[in-house]
Amino acid sequence: MSLRSPLGKVLGAGAAKEGAHHWWAQRISAVGLVLLAPWFLLSLIALGDLSYVNVHDWVASPVHTVLLSLLVLALTYHAFLGLQVVIEDYVANKGIRLLVLLVIKFTLLVLGVLGVISVLRIAFMGNH
Amino acid sequence: MAQFSLPANSVVNPNGNVHKAPAGSKDVRSFRIYRFDPESTDKPRIDTYEVDMGSCGPMVLDALIKIKNEIDPSLTFRRSCREGICGSCAMNIDGVNTLACIKASAEIKGTVKIYPLPHMPVIKDLVPDLTNFYAQYASVKPWLQTRTPAPPDQERLQSKEDQEKIDRPSACILCACCSTSCPSYWWNSDKYLGPAALLAAYRWIIDTRDEATGERLDELEDPFRLYRCHTIMNCAEACPKDLNPARAIAEIKRKIAERKQ
Repeated sequence: MSLRSPLGKVLGAGAAKEGAHHWWAQRISAVGLVLLAPWFLLSLIALGDLSYVNVHDWVASPVHTVLLSLLVLALTYHAFLGLQVVIEDYVANKGIRLLVLLVIKFTLLVLGVLGVISVLRIAFMGNH
Repeated sequence: MAQFSLPANSVVNPNGNVHKAPAGSKDVRSFRIYRFDPESTDKPRIDTYEVDMGSCGPMVLDALIKIKNEIDPSLTFRRSCREGICGSCAMNIDGVNTLACIKASAEIKGTVKIYPLPHMPVIKDLVPDLTNFYAQYASVKPWLQTRTPAPPDQERLQSKEDQEKIDRPSACILCACCSTSCPSYWWNSDKYLGPAALLAAYRWIIDTRDEATGERLDELEDPFRLYRCHTIMNCAEACPKDLNPARAIAEIKRKIAERKQ
């Protein structure tokens, strides 16, 4: 049982002076997704023929390469930030929280790099 | 994990004592009320009181007082002003946090279910422990902070428009209806300040006479103290004074973002 005063408990170790950037980045990446996700889906629909060769050529076009890479980055970054908030909300145990956060963030980092490299590989390695 | 199920000794027994209405009552209404006695080893229970509404005032608080006076003096709850300005009788009525004194029994359909404010430690019956809630309010230094000495011959002046900005947030009565309706507060009330304390902080942040705006924002810029708010809006929904703590929190976030530009 702690005899620390209620106010002492609330003040704790003070404010972390952090959180604004996280909050802002989550909103900016959301705006990116709102623009890029419909673009991607509508483009695929407009493409019609979804054969390997056709999609490959579509991805290799410079503008599509850039936008697709940005989509992958916005998606993984937004998930990275959003899942962090969910874990912080619901996992109270500090050790488990840190472990889960590391696993999730590392996984999303791998997925993001994998996605971008895949798009670039198609763009730069050319031939099907 | 956030605790979603109740600990064994907090599981509520739904079949507590039943107090029948006296014979000859005409307009009988059932009140199912949460009971917990800290001096007994029994689990909390739900007691049923049948109240003759023909001889009872219109508000839920009137019914509670009638029950305490005429049926069961052991029923414990806070109340004082009975006109919605002291905030004492905040409780969960028919699934919604509100003040018993300004909630009419007639507004509720069927049995009236009354519980203490959600997710707070219960001291007895409908009386929650608000120690942490009050400490959080104190932590935002809810008073005027200045460096300029007060003018010797008059008050610190403020324009009419500037006063109007703080009119609404100043109307908070600290009843805790908002904070205890907030899921973020349920899971992390040890670190998240909650809508009531943040609304109070906002009231001083936008006060044009206050000279500690920067320090106030510094103290709030924290992933838990402020940014646990996910704009769920339960606070604005619950507030019996019709205030909007969610908007105040959004404004604080905006001010913190703006000073970085």
